[in-house]
Amino acid sequence: MSDVAITQNPALIEVNPPLVRAADLHSLTEQISTIVEGDVLKTPMKYWITLSITGSVTVLLLAMLTYLVATGIGVWGNNRPIGWAWDITNFVFWIGIGHAGTLISAILFLFRQKWRTSINRSAEAMTLFAVMCAGIFPLFHTGRPWRAYWLFPVPNTDITMWQNFRSPLIWDVFAVSTYFTVSLLFWYTGLVPDLATLRDRAISKIKQWVFGILSLGWRGSARHWRNYEAAYLILAGISTPLVLSVHSVVSFDFATSVIPGWHTTIFPPYFVAGAIFSGFACVMTLLLVARWTLNLQNLITIKHLENMNKIILVTGSIVGYAYACEFFIAWFSGNIYERFTFWNRAFGPYWWAAWSMYTRNVFIPQLYWFKKLRTNLWVMFVISITTNIGMWFERFVIIATSLTRDFLPTSWGFFHPTWVDMCTFAGTIGLFLTLFLIFARFLPMIAISEVKGVLSHEKRFFKGQKAPVEVNQ
Amino acid sequence: MSLINIKNAMKSATGPKYWRSLNELSQTAEFREWIGKEFPGGVEMLDGQSRRNVLKVMAASFGLAGLAACRRPVDHILPYSHGVENLIPGQAYFYSTVYSLAGRATGLLVETHDGRPTKVEGNPDHPSSLGAATAFQQAAVLSLYDPDRSARFLENGKPTEKSWKEFDAYLKSLSLGDGSGLRFLSHAVNSPSLQMMRGEALKKFPKAKWVEFEPTAYNNGTELAFGQLLTVHPQFDKAKVVVSLDSDFLGVDSLTPLPTKQFSKRRRITDETLENLNRLYAVESQFSITGMNADHRLRLKPSEVKQFAFDLAAAMGAAPGLNVVGGSDKRAKFLAAITKDLKSAGPEALVVAGPRQSASVHAVAHLINESLRSQAVTYTKAEPSASLEALTALTSEMNAGQVSTLFIFGGNPVYSAPADLQFSAALSKVANSVHLGEEEDETAVSAKWHVPQAHFLESWSDARSFDGTVSIQQPMIDAMYGGKTPGEMVALIIDYKDKRAYDLVRSFWKAQFPEKDAETMWRKALHDGVVASVTRFEPVKVSADAKRIAAAIAAEPKSASGLEIAFVPSYSTFDGRFANNGWLQEAPDPMTKLVWGNAAMVSPATARAQNLEDSAIVTLSRGNYKMDAAILIQPGLADGVIVMAIGYGRTKCGRVGTDVGFNANLIRTSDAYWSASGISTAPTGRAYTHVTTAERGLDPHNDPPILVKETADHQNSRPIIREVSLEEYKKNPKAVEEMNEVPTLQSIYPERDYSKGYQWGMSIDLTACTGCNACVVACQAENNSPVVGKDQVRRGREMHWIRMDRYFTGTEDDPRAVTQPLPCMQCQNAPCENVCPVAATSHSPEGLNDMAYNRCVGTRYCANNCPYKVRHFNFLNFHKHEPAIIGMAYNPDVTVRMRGVMEKCTYCVQRIQEAKIKSQAEGRRDQIRDGEIKTACQQTCPAEAIVFGNINDPESRVAKLKKQERDYAMMAEIDVRPRTTYLAKIHNPNPELEA
Repeated sequence: MSDVAITQNPALIEVNPPLVRAADLHSLTEQISTIVEGDVLKTPMKYWITLSITGSVTVLLLAMLTYLVATGIGVWGNNRPIGWAWDITNFVFWIGIGHAGTLISAILFLFRQKWRTSINRSAEAMTLFAVMCAGIFPLFHTGRPWRAYWLFPVPNTDITMWQNFRSPLIWDVFAVSTYFTVSLLFWYTGLVPDLATLRDRAISKIKQWVFGILSLGWRGSARHWRNYEAAYLILAGISTPLVLSVHSVVSFDFATSVIPGWHTTIFPPYFVAGAIFSGFACVMTLLLVARWTLNLQNLITIKHLENMNKIILVTGSIVGYAYACEFFIAWFSGNIYERFTFWNRAFGPYWWAAWSMYTRNVFIPQLYWFKKLRTNLWVMFVISITTNIGMWFERFVIIATSLTRDFLPTSWGFFHPTWVDMCTFAGTIGLFLTLFLIFARFLPMIAISEVKGVLSHEKRFFKGQKAPVEVNQ
Repeated sequence: MSLINIKNAMKSATGPKYWRSLNELSQTAEFREWIGKEFPGGVEMLDGQSRRNVLKVMAASFGLAGLAACRRPVDHILPYSHGVENLIPGQAYFYSTVYSLAGRATGLLVETHDGRPTKVEGNPDHPSSLGAATAFQQAAVLSLYDPDRSARFLENGKPTEKSWKEFDAYLKSLSLGDGSGLRFLSHAVNSPSLQMMRGEALKKFPKAKWVEFEPTAYNNGTELAFGQLLTVHPQFDKAKVVVSLDSDFLGVDSLTPLPTKQFSKRRRITDETLENLNRLYAVESQFSITGMNADHRLRLKPSEVKQFAFDLAAAMGAAPGLNVVGGSDKRAKFLAAITKDLKSAGPEALVVAGPRQSASVHAVAHLINESLRSQAVTYTKAEPSASLEALTALTSEMNAGQVSTLFIFGGNPVYSAPADLQFSAALSKVANSVHLGEEEDETAVSAKWHVPQAHFLESWSDARSFDGTVSIQQPMIDAMYGGKTPGEMVALIIDYKDKRAYDLVRSFWKAQFPEKDAETMWRKALHDGVVASVTRFEPVKVSADAKRIAAAIAAEPKSASGLEIAFVPSYSTFDGRFANNGWLQEAPDPMTKLVWGNAAMVSPATARAQNLEDSAIVTLSRGNYKMDAAILIQPGLADGVIVMAIGYGRTKCGRVGTDVGFNANLIRTSDAYWSASGISTAPTGRAYTHVTTAERGLDPHNDPPILVKETADHQNSRPIIREVSLEEYKKNPKAVEEMNEVPTLQSIYPERDYSKGYQWGMSIDLTACTGCNACVVACQAENNSPVVGKDQVRRGREMHWIRMDRYFTGTEDDPRAVTQPLPCMQCQNAPCENVCPVAATSHSPEGLNDMAYNRCVGTRYCANNCPYKVRHFNFLNFHKHEPAIIGMAYNPDVTVRMRGVMEKCTYCVQRIQEAKIKSQAEGRRDQIRDGEIKTACQQTCPAEAIVFGNINDPESRVAKLKKQERDYAMMAEIDVRPRTTYLAKIHNPNPELEA
C-alpha cells in the first residue's frame, strides 16, 4: 500500500498527518507478516543477490580473523606507538551505532515518544548486530585471543587470579556484555507478541513449531499483556542507564589514560552524544532502504524520519560543542603536550581525518535546521552516510592519531592500514548487513503489536471536526 | 687380513669378545670401510667400546639430543657421571678470553650456560676493557651462532663434500719450495703465538711474505713526526681540553671501550667535582658521536679539516714557518678560541686526529701535543702492521704472476680492498689460493679453496693489547663446524701436521713461563684474562721533527674545491665483517638512526646546492669508479661533502647481510681511501626507502624529510632532555629543576610504602653518555630480544628494550645533537599497570614494574598508556623463521617471549634474583652490596653513565647520584614517578665562542 493509495481514499481526509497509516489492524498485520511469511524460495532475486554479496564479505571476515589468529597482530598496521588503530576504532564505531537502538527502545519509550514504534524493532536488531560486530574487535585485537577469556571473571585452572578491576578494559567487558544481554532481552521481549502472531498465521508445521517455541506460549490474554507491559517497562528502565553507561565506560578507556588527546574529562557525555548521533544515522540509512524496498512508506513516514533528523541535529551539535570545548581546554590548560596534540590533530599529518570528521559531524548536519532539507529523502540518505563516515573518523582521530604523537618526539609514529585491516572492517560491515538481511526476512521488522497502538485509524476524523487530544495508549 | 692381527686382537683387552667374522675381529681396512658404508659414523664405534663407554655415549646422546653442537673443548670434557666439584648444572660460569678487532685487543669475560656462551662482558682486569664492552663485542655471541657461518669447504667457489683430508692432500700437492711464490694475507696480527708461527713459516719459506690488511688502517703520522713507527696512546682522562680533528674516538674510530672509559671519567662529574669537566672541540665532516658529545663543533670538509689542523699548528706556534691561511669568520673565531684554550690548558690539553686525515695532519697533532707538553699522550714502539701499501704491493705481485700460492687468513679483501686494486681479478691470477674465513663471503667464493675458520669464541689464541698486556683467547665451546684457527693453518702449511691450537698456544706460553710455575701461571692467565708476567710496553721519549712535518705540509695538495666524499666505518657493520649480524644491523646508527643500511649522507645545504633529494638514488662517480647510493639528508654534516659508511652492500653474505645498503668500496680507491674530492652525482630517477627509528612519525609528503625542525621545536618546549652549561649550573644549581613546572600532585588514595627493603632505581648520566649503542646490543643479548628485520622496523616494531633517542637542537644547517638512553622508567605510579585488564603487569614490593608474560593476553593498552613508549609488543612470532642454532645464543635465565605478548625492560630482574639467591646462600640475606647487581646496559657501558642500585640505601651510588642537583625525572608533571632518573647534560662551552 502506498501513500497515494491512502490519500486517494475520500473517507480519509486528514488535517494532522498521523504517525502511521493503515486501512485497519488486519491489513497492518498482513503487510508486515507477509514479508516474513512468504515462501523462502520465492524471495525476490535482489534479496538473494544482496545476501550473497554481504555473505561473501562475511566469509572474508572469517578468513581475515583466521589469518589474524594464525599469524599475529602484525598483519594489521598497528605498531609502536599506535597500539590501537582500526581495531578499537571499529569497536567504538560499532558500539556507538548500537546506541540508537537502546535509546529508541528505552528512553523514547519512557518519554512516551509514540513515533518510536515504527522504528524500534529494527533499531534494536541493529543494536544487537552492531554489538556483535563490535565484540569481534576487543576479542581479536588481543595478541592471544585464545586467552581472551581471562578477561572474564570465570573460574579457570590456568591462572587462578582475579582480573584487574582498576582497568577500564575490564569495565568495558562488563559494560558491553551487560549491554548486549539487556538489549537482547529487550528485543526478544518485544518480539514475543509478534512471534505469537506469526505462529498463529503459520501454515507449515515447522514454522508453527519454531514460532511456537519462540513465542513462549503467548496467547494474548490480558494477564499476558499486563506482564508483558510490566516487563517491557522494567527492561526499559534497566536499559536507560545503559545508554549512558556503555559509551561512558568505553570512553573511560581513553579518558583515564595519561595520553594527551585521550586524557579528557569531557569524554563520557561527548561519546554518548556521538554514539546516539551515529546510531541514528545508521538507523536512518537502514530504514530508508527498508522503507523503499519493502514499501513501508505508510509505517515509516516522513514524520519519523524528520524526528530522527532532529535528534541527529541535536547530537551532532553536542558533538560539535565537545570538539570546540576540547580545543579551548587544550589552549586554556597551558599544557604543552595537550596543546600540541590538538594543534597536531587539526594541522598535523592527519589533518584530513580531523577535518573530515569536523565537516561531516558538525557542519553538514547543520543543514537540518531547514525543514525542507530534513524532510528530503535524498538529503537524509546522504547525510546519514556521511555522518557515519564522520563518526568513524572521529574514533580514528581520537584513538589512533592521538597515539601517533604523544610526549616524546622520538617515539612518534605513523599508521598505515594494511589490506587485512581494511578487509576486516569491511567484513564486519558484511556481517552486520547479513544479519540484518536475515532478520528483515525472517522476523517482523516493525513491531506489529506496538505500531497498532499508534495506528492512525483510531485517530481518524472528518473534515470540520476538531483534532482530538492525543489518546493515551 | 693377517693372522697376526687376529691374534693381537684376541689378546687385547678392548677387542671384541664376540665377533661375526675374522674381518671384524682383525679390524681390516676393508671391514672398516664396509662398516662406514653400512653404518655411517659407526667406524669410531669399532675402536673398543666398553659397556660403560656405550652407556656414556648413549646418555650423552639423549641428553644432548638437539644440542648437537653444544660441546666444550674436548680437552676439558668431564664425564658428568662422576660429578664435577663446584659445577652446578644450570648455573652460569664466566671464562676470560680476548677479542681482537683490526689488531686491537679487548679482554672479555664470557658467560656460558652449560657449555654454550651466551653473553659477553668486558674484563675489568683488562686494560683496554676495564669491564666495558662495545656493541661489536656484545654482538659476538650472535656471530658465533650465525647459521650462515662457514661450515663447509668450498672449492672454486662451489660447495664440496671434500674436507680436511682432501685439503691436506691439496696442501701437500703444493710445491712451496723456498716460498718465493708464497704469500700470506691476514688481518692485523696481534697474537704473540701467531707471530711466532709466522716467524716459523717465514723461516721455512724464507722468500715468502706475510701481508696484513685492515680496511680501516691508516697512517698515524708517527713516522713523519718522530721518524719511527709508534703507537699513540691518547689518555683522555688526563686531558681537560680535547681537540678532535676528524676523529670519532668515542665511536668507531676506537676499537676498544678504553677511550670512552677514559673520556667519560672527566664527564661523570658530581656537584662536588664540577671543575673536573673537560671540554671537547670537534672539527669534522661527518656528524659522529664524538661530534655529538663535543662542546663546540666545527663542520668542515675533509680537505678543510686538514687545512684547519695546519692553521691550528700555525696559530699555536707549534710549526715554525707555517702561517694561518684563514677562512670564514666562524672558523677564524673557532681557531682563535681553540688556540687560546689549548694554551691555557697546557699539559692538560690533547689534540687527536682521525683516520680520515693524512699522516701530515696526525703529525701536526703530535707536534701540537708536544708543544703543549701534553701529559695526555704517550707513545710506545710499534711493529709495522696492516697497511694499504702492503696490500697494493701484494696485488701488483699477484697481477705480475709472482704469486703462485696465496693463503688468506680471515678478512674479505675481494670486498674490502680498494676498488682500483681489482683484487678479485688479481686473485684469479693466483694458481693456488686458500681462504680461511668465518663466512662464505666474496673472497671465499673467489679463492680456489675456502676453509672454515673457527670463531674466536671457539678457538685458542692470544692477543696483545695496546699497552703490551697479553691475554689468552680461550674457547668457550668446541669448534662447531670443525673450523681451524690461522695458527693451526700455519702449522699445517709448515709441516703438514694437524696441530691443535690449544697445544700451539699452550706450549708457546709455557715456554715463556719459568718451568716450575708454568702450569700455575698458565692457569692463572686463563683465569685472570691477562698474562701477569708479560711486561707492558714502556713509553718512549720522542721529539717531533718540525722541519720534516713542515715539508710534508708543503707537499700536501692545496685544499680542493667541489664536492668531496668521506668514508666512515659503520657503527653497525664496521668494515662489513659484521654485516650478517642481525643485532648490529638492527641497532640504529647513533646519529642517523638508520637501520639495515647506509646512505650517501649530505647536509641540507649541500642537498640544496647539489639539487639532491632525500631518498633519491644517485650515481656517485669519481674517475672511472661509480656506484649508486641513496641520499640521506643529515643535518650537521659539513657542507660540500658526501659521507658514506663502508661495510654495506655485501653481495655474498648470509641471509642477514646480503644486499643490505650500498657498497661504498666501489668508489673507495687507494687514492681516495678515506676521503677524496672530485666526486660528482647524477640522478638515477629511482627512489629508496630509508628505514630509521627516528622519523617514523613524519608524513613524507607534508613534513620536511628531517625531523630536525619538528623535534627541535617541540623538544625545546618539552623538558625531555635537559641541558645546562657549566657556568649556568654553578650560578644556579636549581636550573635543571626549574626547567619544568611540576604542580603539587596528590592522590586521594594512601601512598604505597616504598621505604622498606630493596628499592631498585637507576640513574643515567646524560653528560657521560656518548650514545655508542653498546647498551642497546648488550640488552638484546641479555634479554633475548628478537631481531625483527628492516620491514618490521619500518613499521615501528623493533624490540629494543633500551633505545637511544637522539634529538637535534639549533638550526637545520648547524645543529647540535643530544642523546638519551631510554629503558623502561619503572614508574612507581605506573600508568601501564592500572590499565592491564588481566594484571599481567604489576608492581613488585621492590619498585619494579614487573611483567608476567604468560599472563599477558596482549591488549596493548599498557603500551598505549606508556608516556615513554618503552613497551614492545610481539606483533608476530619473531622467532618463527629463526634457525634452531640461534636458540643457543639465548640466555636461559630469560623467557623467550611468544607472539602476542608485551615485553619491556625489567631492570634485568634475572640478575637481581640471582644476586638475591647468592646473598642468601652466603648468609647475608637482604644485604646485597651496592654494585653487586649490574644491569646488562650498565655493565657494558663504556662511559659508566648508567648506575643501578638500591635507592633505599643512602650510601648506594645510585642514591647519591639521585641527590645531585641536576637529577631530574622526565615528565614528572604527569605523576608517574619514574624510578629511572636522568642527570642533566652539563656542557662546557667556551665563553668566547658562546656569544
